[in-house]
Amino acid sequence: MARDDVKTGYKLIGTRPNRPDGLDKVTGRARYGADFSLPGMLWAAVVRSPHAHARIVKIDASKALALEGVKAVVTRADLPTGLTGEDLNLQDNTLAGDRALYDGHAVAAVAATSQLLAQDAARLIEVEYEVLPHVTDVDAAIAPDAPVIRPGVADYSVPEGMHGNVARYMEFGHGDVEAGFAAADVVREHTYRTEATHQGYIEPHAAVGQLGEDGRGEMWVCTQGHWYIRRMSAAVLGIEAANLRVTPSEIGGGFGGKTTIFMEPLTLALSKKAGGRPVKLVMSRSEVLRATGPTASASMDVKIGMKKDGTITAGQVYFRMQGGAFPGMSPIGEALPCAFACYDIPALKHEGIEIITNRPKAAAYRAPGSPMAAFAVESMIDELCRELNLDPIEVRLKNGAKNGSKSSYGPVYDVIGLQETLQAARAHPNYSIPLGPNQGRGVASGFWFNHGGETSVSLAIGEDGTATVSVGTPDIGGSRASIGLMVAEHLGIPYENVRVNVVETGALGVNEPTHGSRATFASGKAAIEAANQAIREMCRRAAAEWGIEPEAVEWRDGAAHPAGPNAGKHPPMTIGEIGAKMGSTGGPISGHHEVTAGGYGASFGTHVVDVEVDPETGRTTVLRYLVVQDAGTAIHPAYVEGQYQGGAAQGIGWALNEEYIYGPDGRLQNPVFLDYRIPVASDLPMIDTVIIEVPNPGHPYGVRGVGETGITPPLPAIASAIAGATGVRIRSLPCSPPKVLAAIKAAKG
Amino acid sequence: MRYHTPTTFQDAAAIAAASTGTLRFLAGGTDVLVQMRAGMVQPDDLIDLKHIPGVDRIEKTPEGGWRIGVAVPGIVLGAHKELVRDWPGVVEGMNLVGSTQVQGRATLAGNLCNGSPAADSVPGLFAAGAVVTVTGPKGSRDIPVEQVPVGPGRTSLAKGEVISAITLPPRAKNGGDAYLRFIPRTEMDIAVVGCAVNLRLDGDRVAEARVALGAVAPTVILSEACAQAIIGTTLDDAALAALAKAAKGAAKPISDKRGTKEFRIEVAGVLARRAARIAYDRAKGMKA
Ligand SMILES: Cc1cc2nc3c(=O)[nH]c(=O)nc-3n(C[C@H](O)[C@H](O)[C@H](O)COP(=O)(O)OP(=O)(O)OC[C@H]3O[C@@H](n4cnc5c(N)ncnc54)[C@H](O)[C@@H]3O)c2cc1C
Repeated sequence: MARDDVKTGYKLIGTRPNRPDGLDKVTGRARYGADFSLPGMLWAAVVRSPHAHARIVKIDASKALALEGVKAVVTRADLPTGLTGEDLNLQDNTLAGDRALYDGHAVAAVAATSQLLAQDAARLIEVEYEVLPHVTDVDAAIAPDAPVIRPGVADYSVPEGMHGNVARYMEFGHGDVEAGFAAADVVREHTYRTEATHQGYIEPHAAVGQLGEDGRGEMWVCTQGHWYIRRMSAAVLGIEAANLRVTPSEIGGGFGGKTTIFMEPLTLALSKKAGGRPVKLVMSRSEVLRATGPTASASMDVKIGMKKDGTITAGQVYFRMQGGAFPGMSPIGEALPCAFACYDIPALKHEGIEIITNRPKAAAYRAPGSPMAAFAVESMIDELCRELNLDPIEVRLKNGAKNGSKSSYGPVYDVIGLQETLQAARAHPNYSIPLGPNQGRGVASGFWFNHGGETSVSLAIGEDGTATVSVGTPDIGGSRASIGLMVAEHLGIPYENVRVNVVETGALGVNEPTHGSRATFASGKAAIEAANQAIREMCRRAAAEWGIEPEAVEWRDGAAHPAGPNAGKHPPMTIGEIGAKMGSTGGPISGHHEVTAGGYGASFGTHVVDVEVDPETGRTTVLRYLVVQDAGTAIHPAYVEGQYQGGAAQGIGWALNEEYIYGPDGRLQNPVFLDYRIPVASDLPMIDTVIIEVPNPGHPYGVRGVGETGITPPLPAIASAIAGATGVRIRSLPCSPPKVLAAIKAAKG
Repeated sequence: MRYHTPTTFQDAAAIAAASTGTLRFLAGGTDVLVQMRAGMVQPDDLIDLKHIPGVDRIEKTPEGGWRIGVAVPGIVLGAHKELVRDWPGVVEGMNLVGSTQVQGRATLAGNLCNGSPAADSVPGLFAAGAVVTVTGPKGSRDIPVEQVPVGPGRTSLAKGEVISAITLPPRAKNGGDAYLRFIPRTEMDIAVVGCAVNLRLDGDRVAEARVALGAVAPTVILSEACAQAIIGTTLDDAALAALAKAAKGAAKPISDKRGTKEFRIEVAGVLARRAARIAYDRAKGMKA
């Protein structure tokens, strides 16, 4: 993809050096959330509601407090009152108020001198509940007889007459959809459903918190965004942000689920009550599944019109999504814009509602909303392609968004790479491998906006000419390596001479979390600006020594060089030479940049999957899987591929077996990895990847975020491949064997 | 909690008989330690059987069968060439348990006594006609393995009784066995349905057969109807269809988060057919 306006011929960008955190991680030296301990530290345990919905009549902690070694118990009565809006929601989720709103909702917490003692003490805290009617299913929650869980939850957007569990309503579109449907040769309409899934990060939430009587505290925590932890914890506890210093640990996965608080403020509240002793809280896997934030479940009506030649004439969707017992948590606001984002269609109508249910407060999960939307829309497009006997890639090439297309949600796309991904998928050998009996092929495209966001980065030159970069975005997918590569390229020094550290809240301005596929893009962009600032200063130091104007100095290959006709002849002054004497030439040299980063380019991808379905058991085996996605520029190609493969793996899990299963009692039935079935390594083939590079004009090196798009196409691609293998279309995820077998048998009659 | 390390089964039985609280034996610990960590059980007495001499051994019996110690882990069974040659179905059932790490610890006796209806080695033991030696305060007795489980998490062992060995009978000439389980994934999952078939051929005909089903009733079950469906046949299509029908009839599953009742019944028939086919091929000496 050679382009005139894009720099190429990089020395370091595009290479695959070892990640700086690699050795620590494989030797066990890396410190994750639960690895942190302090002298005098207490352990905490949480009492959780066994009911989906219940009034809390009484909490009696006297037996627990009577145990020797139990130092503090907190309930909602220990938290400040008067909060509003999302702060109140966060507080309500940290500890239930007068009502427990879901199975697993925290009701009380206890701190004791050992973990076992804390767990024993938690069992001794007696909670009296009055069980209330509940609802957990997204469609059941708006049936006329469904109990209204939180009266008054609707915001201004909800039209009158809707069910009391509807919290939000959205609508937008363009063109005349009725005229569009009238112009189509085939118009189809179906409802698609996806179940809630969990991010399934391997590291459970863990924090050590310490808060003194003076209201000053610290926290060491596993998180994607420690400024968010600081702001939210401070709000929930009524303390000032500046008085809470938050240091992030290494992180064993987050996928969006660690961009908010769940139990973190409890460590501080308990610490304060226990005289300021540090308190550690580590969630069990069951607590993670029951009480942190899975994604929404969705029920989606889709109507699409297509001409015989594959032209899409109009599309219409109505999405219903539940994000648990709190408003604002379903990704309806992302799902709708993502629905048709891959297409350029003359007439579109989007409508959607957010619904409240007795489930945990949802959190972001990799491209929030986009996988569900893709399941609905891409499945239906595949159904139309099969009905009209059209090649799914040709249809996408024909209708797909291009540079300058007006997107389905309003803005005009700048330079995007969807068409390139489609062409590469078509040309890939996987697309023409002949299929055997009971085998089928599925194709789907996907989209994510990407994100820039609040970013603050510092860079300091060392006395030996190395560079230290301080970023505020925890490194989940290799961002330290990628940022290090860009800074080294920019300064013209070896990769090994740049160290990137993720620093605590006291060290930088506010940073948003590592979310929205933004860390390499935004922290990288700010780091390059910080490097520019340091380069300017180094040029100035060289100019001063040479007695010439700073403008007559240029930076190249890690050294200041005299440039231009009047600069004179001076040997280059290396970064090492400048660093060695910076103390006597004007002091430390550093750079700093802060920005709410714009210019993030959207990332599109196309996946091709082949499956084989056992017609007697309904079990699906993924035979081969191809991810083609636009990375803008792949700074460190191995980590880009890792993101593509990881997204595909999670999407395959969502498509095949993962689901939150609630019993009639409203309790989560599968809060363990035995029954919450994420794919194991042997379930998946090696996932093939093709990196497309259509550089993003909004980034100095052309970077686009790559972390999220990859989870989007697997849901429809797998369902479409199953349709190809069996002739039956599964419109409700997961495509679990019992469901697929029942559908096969029903089709046979 | 008291942790005991007796060096004889008699002592183990005596400690068990004297225990007044919650009691567990510790073989591999891959059930019991996990349950303790999860807070599901807090034993007052935990009796480690691994200090008893001989528990880690696999010995040929005078009759030509195999006597397996109660601490022999799955990975050792899988590495024992002669045992695998005689009882491939029993060993493949045990080898499906968990991961490599779990295989290094998990035992047949623990799998049996944990009492799960979905236990992967148990259908194979049933089909093989394994015999279990039970040692109690009053001495030892041998019982057929089918008499051990009585319900989910429950066995027929009386207070103070411990399994001291599991014995597989001599492998008959022209015999073969096989175990298949259905899971939605490829490993680290729990059987939604399991089926073991053990048979002996006389020429091309099935002379003897035992068929056991897992995860379709409160315990693993031995199905006489399934055995009868194939005895006397050459395992032709009609026999396989009859076997599938019998297996579906024998299955009395529930619907739960792991699979629906209808699904389990259907798949019981499928697995019975497929396992019988493999056992037949093995009896014929074909690689399978
Ligand atoms: C990650 C993981 C995956 C697993 N996967 C599977 C699987 O795929 N299939 C499967 O079937 N199981 C599976 N299991 C469960 C477990 O590994 C098996 O049941 C295993 O065979 C238990 O054997 P053990 O020696 O570890 O038993 P232990 O945990 O030591 O004991 C289990 C029970 O048996 C009793 N017991 C042990 N020995 C005796 C004895 N000699 N006499 C009387 N009672 C006794 C104990 O009191 C205890 O109640 C898995 C477990 C884990 C942790």
